Amino acid sequence: MGSITDLLHKKYLIPMKQVIDKPSRKKPAEKLKEALISNFDQSQQAQGNLLTVKQNALKQFELLGFPSLKNEEYKYTPIARALEKSFTEEEILTSNTTPITLTAAQLKDILPQKIEANVLVFVNGRYTESLSKLISPKEEIVIEEFSKACETHAPLFEKHFAQYASIETDGFTAMNTAFAQQGVFIHVPKGKAVEKPVMLYFISDTTHGKTFTNLRNLFVIGENSQVKISESFYTFGKEISYTNAVTEIMADQQAIFSYYKIESESDLALHTGTTQIYQKRNSISNCTTVTLSGDIIRNNLNISLDDEYCEANMFGLSLLEGNHHVDNHTIADHRKPRSLSNELYKNVLDGSSKGVFNGKIYVRPDAQKTNAFQSNMNILLTDEASIKTKPQLEIWADDVKCSHGATTGQIDNEQLFYLRTRGLSEEDARALLLYAFALEVLENIKIKELREQLDKIVAARLHKNFE
Amino acid sequence: MLIIKDLKASIEGKEILKGINLTVKPGEIHAIMGPNGSGKSTLASVLAGREEYEITSGSVEYLGNDLLALSPEDRAREGIFLAFQYPVEIPGVSTTNFLKTAINEIRKHKGQDALDAVSFLSLMKEKMKLVEIDQSLMSRSLNENFSGGEKKRNEIFQMAMLEPKLSILDETDSGLDIDALKVVSNGVNKLKTKENATIVVTHYQRLLNYIVPDFVHVLYNGKIVKSGTKELALELEEKGYDWIKAA
Amino acid sequence: MSKDNQILEEFTNSEYKYGFESKIESDSAPKGLNEDIVRFISNKKEEPEWLLEWRLKAYRHWLTMKEPEWANIKFPSIDYQDVIYYAAPKQKIKPNSLDEIDPELRNTFEKLGISLQEQKRLTGVAVDAVLDSVSVATTFKEKLGDLGIIFCSFSEAVHKHPELIKKYMGSVVPANDNYFAALNSAVFSDGSFCYIPKGVRCPMELSTYFRINAANTGQFERTLIVAEEGSYVSYLEGCTAPMRDENQLHAAVVELYAAKDAEIKYSTVQNWYPGNKQGKGGIYNFVTKRGICAGDHSKISWTQVETGSAITWKYPSCILKGNYSVGEFYSVAVTNNFQQADTGTKMIHIGKNTRSRIVSKGVSAGKSQNSYRGLVKVMKRAENARNFSQCDSLLMGDKCGAHTFPYIESDNKTAQIEHEATTSKIGEDQIFYCNQRGIDDENAIALIVNGYCKEVLSQLPMEFAVEAQKLLAITLEGSVG
Repeated sequence: MGSITDLLHKKYLIPMKQVIDKPSRKKPAEKLKEALISNFDQSQQAQGNLLTVKQNALKQFELLGFPSLKNEEYKYTPIARALEKSFTEEEILTSNTTPITLTAAQLKDILPQKIEANVLVFVNGRYTESLSKLISPKEEIVIEEFSKACETHAPLFEKHFAQYASIETDGFTAMNTAFAQQGVFIHVPKGKAVEKPVMLYFISDTTHGKTFTNLRNLFVIGENSQVKISESFYTFGKEISYTNAVTEIMADQQAIFSYYKIESESDLALHTGTTQIYQKRNSISNCTTVTLSGDIIRNNLNISLDDEYCEANMFGLSLLEGNHHVDNHTIADHRKPRSLSNELYKNVLDGSSKGVFNGKIYVRPDAQKTNAFQSNMNILLTDEASIKTKPQLEIWADDVKCSHGATTGQIDNEQLFYLRTRGLSEEDARALLLYAFALEVLENIKIKELREQLDKIVAARLHKNFE
Repeated sequence: MLIIKDLKASIEGKEILKGINLTVKPGEIHAIMGPNGSGKSTLASVLAGREEYEITSGSVEYLGNDLLALSPEDRAREGIFLAFQYPVEIPGVSTTNFLKTAINEIRKHKGQDALDAVSFLSLMKEKMKLVEIDQSLMSRSLNENFSGGEKKRNEIFQMAMLEPKLSILDETDSGLDIDALKVVSNGVNKLKTKENATIVVTHYQRLLNYIVPDFVHVLYNGKIVKSGTKELALELEEKGYDWIKAA
Repeated sequence: MSKDNQILEEFTNSEYKYGFESKIESDSAPKGLNEDIVRFISNKKEEPEWLLEWRLKAYRHWLTMKEPEWANIKFPSIDYQDVIYYAAPKQKIKPNSLDEIDPELRNTFEKLGISLQEQKRLTGVAVDAVLDSVSVATTFKEKLGDLGIIFCSFSEAVHKHPELIKKYMGSVVPANDNYFAALNSAVFSDGSFCYIPKGVRCPMELSTYFRINAANTGQFERTLIVAEEGSYVSYLEGCTAPMRDENQLHAAVVELYAAKDAEIKYSTVQNWYPGNKQGKGGIYNFVTKRGICAGDHSKISWTQVETGSAITWKYPSCILKGNYSVGEFYSVAVTNNFQQADTGTKMIHIGKNTRSRIVSKGVSAGKSQNSYRGLVKVMKRAENARNFSQCDSLLMGDKCGAHTFPYIESDNKTAQIEHEATTSKIGEDQIFYCNQRGIDDENAIALIVNGYCKEVLSQLPMEFAVEAQKLLAITLEGSVG
């Protein structure tokens, strides 16, 4: 890696500290890595420039491998070890070859019914047209399978693909860039305010065995256009699933978009996900990440504010129990003056669940008059639940306004007492307070049906109905 | 109401406005469109009295008086309102307190008594409905940690409170999603009377679907290069500004 | 120069308005410090032997200590042998009533805007005034006496209530606590003592004004407030000093003791001479203030408005020993020209369910440096401790600095600690925005600064809040408009 100044001028975002494992150190899941690499040629459909990009990513993946716990960025989240334990080389290479047998009836509870939305369903990484519907006019929004878009929209695709999510330090992103064949390409042309939301469902069906899926999405949101997009992750069956999803979003000037990531996978699910957002002048991003379950989940939300007057809103809620382990890493990278980032992440941790939050705010030397706010609030419901929280502000400019706060605690006993003096049972009062705590994040979801669905899940978790 | 004649203005020696001519009569809505850097925001700032700009020639007559001779606060007191493209944050000063000070300064200027707390609050309540602004924003520090959309709403709310004669909306549409845009436009339309006038400065046509202008002017390179009616805006949206640049 | 800088400069260039010297004969000790001086002071004050021993012990300990260097302040080293450690206004007999006080002295107070008569008549605030080192008069003594409240000068308390002084003096701030506290313990001259008996709610604000008058004098007063079980007191402290070229030293000690269910509210408006625009002269203000919430459900609240002094080094602290006890710290520190302030608080959570709240607002103008330094410590046994800290800095102009040093040490996982910090600037665009809404420059600055400090000012008792607001205006205001 070069000097700080070199890094500052890179187009995409790079963590400021050395995070690559030392070459000498023994890395986890090396055999899986080697199996994947040796199978690269067979797995490819790409040609030309795209193939070159992928070959570079492959080299980088070979160099980086899967991160060990010695890697500062992954020190609380043993995802690579879990992969090593869960999958054989054979299982990885043959995964996702079984036919898709899921039916609409089975998905009834997952897909919101009667919704006016563009719904796309992917099962084990494969687009399933029979379960999907597209309703927005083509001139308003282009929605295309990732594997087709690289041909049908080649110039635009190549201009943006792998330009934002860095393969240089994160092995998962490198692997994804090399291997991912499936996902969604969305383009909103200049000036279009897309009325109907786009809802993407990524389902791991493990009824025929373990799944190992790389997913790749690219959203190009044109100048002065507006759109709402959700990604939801679910699991069927009782086997282990692993999903490695990378989404790149480019918001051109004056664009406004909402992005929701909902994770409701099984208790055996492993997940690594990176959402990389690149914003131009006056653009606004509204991101909400809700995690409801999973064995080990790691989310990276990285936003690069690369022009003046950008606004980035980042909300997160993890509602965990049992042995769930969820790690949210976020970066707000202020590269130019006068932008705003605003972040609120909450964790409610029950059972022996583990939460990790790492929120970085970078304010680069040019980024004077930056406003950056970050807050992380955690409620531990048991002595066994734990949270590791680390706000990290790195500020090189001198005229900025930044704040961060982190709280960890139990339910407020005084509030609980107050509600009980008003006649609520302790259980009801507790549920009500937790619901209120969650609501501050959930209310940022502006797709009505999705919001209602989540409300129901949260209420069910708390064993209460709040309607 | 407003007569701008051959107005030239520069900043740090660089000429931005290169001879603007524009006449606005009471009851009219004028839209000023143009590509980035054409001088739209400069024109708005110069009319409001931002002092970094040097007026090198020309005149601006407002209600029969020389506007350029007035300080920014006196222009405001005489009824000029600028809805800022990037409203300024003032920590520690609540919107309520800020507006109360502003209204009473303006009333003092007009020789009226200061508004008492009760009439002020009822006025506020009435105007808040107009732009569907949230009560909680009123007690928070002015614009501090407001989202882009909240700031813009707050600008129009202030406009409603101060009841200006000439309102200049500088890129009020930027940062507003489509729902908020409708609300804000609706507020502006309700404030419209036969006596007051509005200048809408915008880069995009979308806002003009909701605030329908009587005249559209295209500003390019410091000059108004084309004037027309609302159809001109549609044409611009379709063909892009290169069409003007090429002409 | 851009417009806003010009405005700010005018606003920030006004003169110190309290800089006059009272021509009162004073009775001083010779310059310098040694055991004889300590004996001289003790002798002058006709103190009992045990107190002299206490002083000497402190003095000997002080000799072994070093000036602290960790604060974010810079000053030429102080020659402790060049300071006069005792200066009393010369008066043969102690006044029995206000009418007997030297008219010149009374004039002084009137110039300060705290005419004892006026105070007495209008506000019902009981005032003890400390000029240089001696307590001059305490008003309302009788009325307070009826309730069993003792409010008198420290020297008087030494003679009349030695058992209380013996019991509490040094119990919160030990004589060897730090360099300046040790110095004070050796040479303190006077101060105020206040005792609220069990269950009594003090019906009026108690107030002390400190003023350094004579040249080259150090002022070393001690304040001790003891609130017994279930009692309440609100105490105000105001400070001013004349303009002098030399730096004057002020090293006070304040100790607060709150028993079970007791509450002490301690407010300070400090306006010592800050030095001139070139940074010459001014008071060095090294103060140790600490309170202990000894009993369950007790509460101590510090509020301070610091506009003066060349250097302020001050960390009013709370030791939250009792379960459910509460500590609060509200501060506005304004620095201008070449002033330096390093101020903040310490909240030490020892008892269970203890809570603390810190709101610090720094305003820096001119070439001044303003630092917040705070410690929140949660001890192992302090179950469910809570702290909320908010540290804001407001910069006026671009030659000043604001710094924040929050220290958090938690040894108990049930602790809830929140910290927020912001830094903002008053800039041209804020003033233009106000202008565009019809508000002129002067009102705009007043609006911004007062709005910014509102949360702290609202903690002050009414009369004090008005005074503090004026003080802020004087410190930052000029001749615009």
